[in-house]
Amino acid sequence: MFSFVVRRLMVAVPTLLILVVLSFVLMYAAPGGPFNSERPLPPEVLANIQAKYGLDQPFWKRITDYIWGVVAHFDFGPSFKFKDRSVNDIIAQGFPVTLTYGFWSFVLATVVGVTLGTAAAIKQNSWLDYLAVGFSVGAQVLPNFVMAPILLLVFTLWLGWLPGGGWNGGEWPYLIMPVIALSTSYMASIARIMRSSMLEVLNTNFIRTAQAKGIPMRRVILRHAMKPAILPLLSYLGPAFVGMITGSVVIDAFFSTGGIGTFFVNSAFSRDYSVMMGITILVGALTILFNLVVDILYAWIDPKIRY
Amino acid sequence: MTFKSTLMATTAAVFTVVGSAAFAEAHATHPVTGEILAADQTFTYRDLDESPSIDPGVVEDSAGGDIVRDLFEGLMNQDADGNIVPGVAQSYEVSDDLLTYTFTLRDAKWSNGDPVLASDFVYAWRRAASPELASPYSWFLELMAVENVSEVIAGEMPTDALGISAPDDHTVVVKITQPLPYFPQMLTHYTTFPVPEKVVEELGAEWTKPGNMVSNGAYVLTEHVPQEKLVRERNPMYWDNENTIIEKVTSLVINDEDTALTRYLAGELDRTDIPAGQFPALQAEYPEDVMSVPNACSYYYTINLTDTTNPALLDVNVREALSLAVDRDIIVHNVLAGGQKPAYTFTHWATAGFETPETPMVSMTQAERNEKAAELMEAAGYGSDNPLSLELIYNSSSAHESIAVAVSQMWKQTLGVETTLGNEEWQVFLETRGNQDYQIARGAWCADYNEASTFLDLMQSESGYNDAKYVNAEYDALMAEAKTSDNPQVQYTAAEQLIAQDVPIIPIYHYAADKMLRHNVKGWPYNNFQQNWYARDLYIVAD
Repeated sequence: MFSFVVRRLMVAVPTLLILVVLSFVLMYAAPGGPFNSERPLPPEVLANIQAKYGLDQPFWKRITDYIWGVVAHFDFGPSFKFKDRSVNDIIAQGFPVTLTYGFWSFVLATVVGVTLGTAAAIKQNSWLDYLAVGFSVGAQVLPNFVMAPILLLVFTLWLGWLPGGGWNGGEWPYLIMPVIALSTSYMASIARIMRSSMLEVLNTNFIRTAQAKGIPMRRVILRHAMKPAILPLLSYLGPAFVGMITGSVVIDAFFSTGGIGTFFVNSAFSRDYSVMMGITILVGALTILFNLVVDILYAWIDPKIRY
Repeated sequence: MTFKSTLMATTAAVFTVVGSAAFAEAHATHPVTGEILAADQTFTYRDLDESPSIDPGVVEDSAGGDIVRDLFEGLMNQDADGNIVPGVAQSYEVSDDLLTYTFTLRDAKWSNGDPVLASDFVYAWRRAASPELASPYSWFLELMAVENVSEVIAGEMPTDALGISAPDDHTVVVKITQPLPYFPQMLTHYTTFPVPEKVVEELGAEWTKPGNMVSNGAYVLTEHVPQEKLVRERNPMYWDNENTIIEKVTSLVINDEDTALTRYLAGELDRTDIPAGQFPALQAEYPEDVMSVPNACSYYYTINLTDTTNPALLDVNVREALSLAVDRDIIVHNVLAGGQKPAYTFTHWATAGFETPETPMVSMTQAERNEKAAELMEAAGYGSDNPLSLELIYNSSSAHESIAVAVSQMWKQTLGVETTLGNEEWQVFLETRGNQDYQIARGAWCADYNEASTFLDLMQSESGYNDAKYVNAEYDALMAEAKTSDNPQVQYTAAEQLIAQDVPIIPIYHYAADKMLRHNVKGWPYNNFQQNWYARDLYIVAD
């Protein structure tokens, strides 16, 4: 197991490096630049700005300087758009926000999704099953950019129960709508995956044996069926978790949460190269990390899997 | 204490509190108008996006400008009508050759109690022009024709060669290289605001953070969470603090305009933008809250006049026909429907001192225009048997798309022109248009100062912003003449007539600022053409 983890971490380094180089090349290959605007800058002004951000350097120098800055100093450079702030500042401020609402969305989606999927499988073809399936289909087709304005309309404008946006350091009234809007579609997918895998497990011989031995249904589900049923779900949960904690531009745009989701998307539009790179690396590293975590969990849950 | 007596005591307490609040409220009245003021003087408004900077030397967008105008104060301010009024400068004198301005400063203070010195202005201007700061707005000082500014920006001269000096703590002297009738007007622009030398030198880029920032405006920065909110509160050190009424100003970053409107309707905001197309409905429902005032920008289509264009567009008859066939009334009344005005000139109709000149097109009806357009097109050799095909590009946005679709339909119906529409993401679009890799492209220009040359300078042959690559020596001569003219309106009229005659651009409409502004917010500068507002001029009346 230990050697497996070490091996995986060693593969992660070149993977990240390839990600960095590819993103860097693609980014500079895109037309436009961070300092283009409706009003083209006079050449002497543009020259100063390009010198300040190192854009007057040859491409190989820019990329090696960048990688060296990241590796040696953990410095992701200054933001090209936000003149008073560095990429480290932006991530330090935005990532805790996304991490918070992403984490709670993950918890909500997993708990509700797994419960719903399991209940639907146990009571297959009952009203509960139809309700659960109906809910997951409904939630799946209701994307968060539709969900968010509906929540706002109901809870802010009509009922006046919740603030319409902002973050306020993550106080719970500000957290509720972002978490619901972000988790719903994940919840639906989790419920569907859980239902089908639980159904499969419930029809296997070892469960039938357990039931035949007179073990109470509750114990059969929790002790015997849950573990194998959750395996197919795990490979979904890893990337889903990364997806949630690295934020959503929809959530940030609708609820003004200030997470890194908006920074990520806006940096692409405004060609804020350094912010785009910084967040790409963050998302890439987290994806690699959580894929590894999922693999370790696999081995822990399924004794047949050995690395 | 029994339940009953508790209840009575509570009730009495509630009445006392409510009563005294009402008493206090009844006594807070506006010093000039006598209106009863609301107890809570907090103004909260929506910003579309986080501003790139709130450093006066670096700030580059109008939303950032709104913030900086509250936090800092330059030599001059604007009043509710956009006229210049004294700021930190009490008065100024200009030399006979109109090239040297001498400003006398009042006794103003920074928020930390230090005096605002003439040297703070000198420092701020030198800093804004310095290659080290690399401010994206250093060109504004070039626009102001400050002595040696281009050389300083280019690093060919030291920053102390810049044409600004401080003979003593209360005197600022500025030298410019050509007479500019609107020079004092330009001093209301944020790039010219002072910065506290000591603080900036000590803290570097960190000086703009709350707690660090020292400012000389009516407000100080108290909270800033990027992409969420920025809070500024009254500055007790401000020289005119006793006439300031609003206690706290909060700008909330809300990217989605429909969300912002929902939050406005829920009472969370005092001001927000009106989403495209919703103006008529909102005006019917909230007539007291809806405002639409002229806004200093013009929307136009620019025509590529270089050899990379469609050759048909090099024929002035074709260009004039295309311009005539655009029914601006339909665009402003049916497509935009937000108080915009049809444009037949490049300069916005509400620009100070500008009178819309008589061009043949203005006096015609649309039917007459269409008729003439069809004749011109025929004269150019295009008709139903030989239809013209054009390409029109715009940057991706549903509003630009609606206008492009409407215009292409008008061209099709009136002239039989087949238009291919193309939309490009903003950065790509800028590059395409800037490289003249287009036939017809969308454009818009907003005034930097309230005078017609802010628009008309754009069409000069050498202007970097002249994407049509329009070259006309007569036009250039007119614009040069206007700089020293006693009545530049003469040159501006002639320049607009040249544009109407040569049609390098097709003006479409003049902008209006459509906003929801809570009906109890008073003092809004509706007549300020650039919509430059100062929170210290606002106040909230009791409902």
